Amino acid sequence: MDKITLLLWLSGALFVFGLLGVVIRRNALVMLMCMELMLNGVNLSLVTFSQQHGDAAGAVMVFLVFVVATAEVALAIPIVLLLVKHARSLDLDRFSELKG
Amino acid sequence: MLALKEPMRVALALITTMMSLGAIYGLLGVHFIAAFQVLIYVGAVMVFMVYVIMLLQLREAPGRPRYSALLVPGVVAGALLLGVLAIGLSQPGLSPATLPPSSQSFNLAEFSAAFLQQYWLAFELTSVFLVAAIVAALAVIGVSRRAGEQARG
Repeated sequence: MDKITLLLWLSGALFVFGLLGVVIRRNALVMLMCMELMLNGVNLSLVTFSQQHGDAAGAVMVFLVFVVATAEVALAIPIVLLLVKHARSLDLDRFSELKG
Repeated sequence: MLALKEPMRVALALITTMMSLGAIYGLLGVHFIAAFQVLIYVGAVMVFMVYVIMLLQLREAPGRPRYSALLVPGVVAGALLLGVLAIGLSQPGLSPATLPPSSQSFNLAEFSAAFLQQYWLAFELTSVFLVAAIVAALAVIGVSRRAGEQARG
């Protein structure tokens, strides 16, 4: 197995573990951190492809993903704080009255 | 990270993962991305996350389940997704790893030139996006302040 395949395996595994964490956990902060893990998995595949082809476009995309991740956290944390103020809990199953 | 109960331990595991990814980027030769991975993710995002975990200090009751009702379907779907990715990686015609590796590589100067000449529009849109995120965060804080005033009467 060469280096590229190994890195792509790692990136896919990181993405799947992050997705699993978002789906199966109940804690809002843990779900946020698992989203960061998904972004990291995608970043790894972007860097791998950009190194494989010797093209800087993938690295540019990684920088844009950095910015998106930062903005996502900056927006999600106040929302989590609001939810905690509302119910004194991080458990997202308690907010089921928010649906439709 | 999936099985740890305390959010702080999950955060520390995620920080370790990000530092290791930074090391991998460094070994791949993209040192500036490795530096920004450590600076932005570990230095800004995860410090913010750890700060919020310490600020909230919420302890879930010991008997409460850690996983949502989607545990079994989620694990099955995750295994399926991993299987599909594995098939994609193992097929010689599908796998991107079988493409011939290019001999050329780029350095920081070429990256910066491509970033600011070819992709300048994305760069500028990023600044607009960041301003929108700041305004949205302020709006969320304003909503919470108004709700607090209404609760107090």
